[in-house]
Amino acid sequence: MTKLTLYIFLFLITQIWSLHSYAKGTYLEPEKFLSDVFNNNPPNPQKLWLKKDLKKEIKKILGDEFKPLRLRYWDDGSKKAWILERIGRDKPITTGYVTSKGKILDVKVLVFRESRGWEVRYPFFTEQFSDATLKADTKLDRKIDGISGATLSVDALIKLARLALFLDKHVDDKKN
Amino acid sequence: MNKNHYLNRTIYMILFMFFTVSAANAAPTAEEMWQTIQEQQKVIEELQEQLDATAEAVESGAGSTSSWADKTQMGGYGELHYRFGDGTDQADFHRYVLYIGHDYSDSIHFFSEWELEHSLAGEGKEGEVELEQAWVEIDLNENHHFRAGLDILPIGLINVTHEPNTFYGVERNAVESRIIPATWWEAGFGLNGEVAPGVNYDIVLHSGLETSSNIRSGRQKVAEANAEYPAATGRLRYTGIPGLELAASYQYQSNIGGELQSGNDASLFSTHVDYKHSSGLAFRALYAGWDMNKNLSADGRDSYGWYVEPAYRWNMGGDTDVGVYVRYEDIDRGQSGARNEEERTSTGFNIWPHPKVAFKGTFESVKDVDANTTTDNFYLGLGYSF
Repeated sequence: MTKLTLYIFLFLITQIWSLHSYAKGTYLEPEKFLSDVFNNNPPNPQKLWLKKDLKKEIKKILGDEFKPLRLRYWDDGSKKAWILERIGRDKPITTGYVTSKGKILDVKVLVFRESRGWEVRYPFFTEQFSDATLKADTKLDRKIDGISGATLSVDALIKLARLALFLDKHVDDKKN
Repeated sequence: MNKNHYLNRTIYMILFMFFTVSAANAAPTAEEMWQTIQEQQKVIEELQEQLDATAEAVESGAGSTSSWADKTQMGGYGELHYRFGDGTDQADFHRYVLYIGHDYSDSIHFFSEWELEHSLAGEGKEGEVELEQAWVEIDLNENHHFRAGLDILPIGLINVTHEPNTFYGVERNAVESRIIPATWWEAGFGLNGEVAPGVNYDIVLHSGLETSSNIRSGRQKVAEANAEYPAATGRLRYTGIPGLELAASYQYQSNIGGELQSGNDASLFSTHVDYKHSSGLAFRALYAGWDMNKNLSADGRDSYGWYVEPAYRWNMGGDTDVGVYVRYEDIDRGQSGARNEEERTSTGFNIWPHPKVAFKGTFESVKDVDANTTTDNFYLGLGYSF
């Protein structure tokens, strides 16, 4: 009985292994994300240098230091795309945010590296961010339902959504 | 006077013409200006490239940290408990835990959990040093993972996620401690992954229990454990609605008696719901029950337990949250005698000054049904994870 179970189990492993080519956690290549957002014609990336005062504001949102010295974003005049990273439990989650005039238009998890909590990539979770705006205290205007067992991944995506909206406003303010 | 005047005018005119001609000779042509601009543009572009390269090097930590450190993660949790009320007031640093993880590559990962219980370990001391997780996981593809080593079993709520800031109550609930019995880890190998959006599975072949007295004492903790009677555990888990987890686990072992009792094949079934709504409302309920061939000396062949736990959590501004809960538990070991059947009612609060730090309070009333006695306890606790 034990041997039979073992054989069945090993058979299962080999079958599952052969199901797909290996593509651990990369659900959407960043280039594809940008191409989808801008109808196959993404604008050239812009650079936002994160000076001392801006970093201070970002720290208030994230609760800790944001290491990058500058951020790239893509702006075609009507909407902006941001590719942001934050650690959930112990590995970075790469997420794409599309913003326009202080609103989130779309959220896509591009690369997920954590050992659990991968449900955050599904539309049933990310659709909760649609049309979210930032309140004066830099919190989202709505509450986001979490995923059981993925509290830290959910928290990371919420903080990055707040950051994307904050940066959207910062860039618009600089233009004006 | 006039003579001097004309002389002065003549000198001024000569000087004016000299500077005008000199200035005209010094001014670059449009072509020269264009060339200069192009050269300056080239310098600006080179400087920009150097600036980007420097920024990239600083951001990636080039030259300052090793790649080994980048691939290694550390974390942990701990909990301090005070108990008052039943005549044995006690302070106990119940658990101090460190995690260490490492990525050998993008697809091969290691994770471990190292625990010191009750603060002091050694012969005759209250505590223990335990290795609760030490496994290697290989990503077979995007959705399926093979895991081998020493790992906690995928049963119940607390067994899998037991950081103290993630649950209510200073002590863990009694149903999962005594019936499942959490924290329960074994050595083995298995598969886990996702078969549809929000539908997850685990299947594990592993070492089993060895007991003739009670379920909890049957945990061999993978310490030169008897592996003659392996066990298998499977779990299905649904998380397709934000905030909701539904799960069911089943385990079978051909003989949990090992060398102590023969022919006691046993199965455990557990199911739970865990729901947290963004409004702050939360609800947990769990059932776990055994079906054994024979009675153990303390636990009966049909030992079971269940609990329900409604809760509500408020945000007090910033990261600070406050939550309150009520829990009712019922444990029946199907035998007779002290603590055979217990009804536990507890209520209390969690205060989170930060999502990963919780101050807790619990009032608990435990009724021994057979003895018809009730014991009340009050607990205070501090828990954290990082």
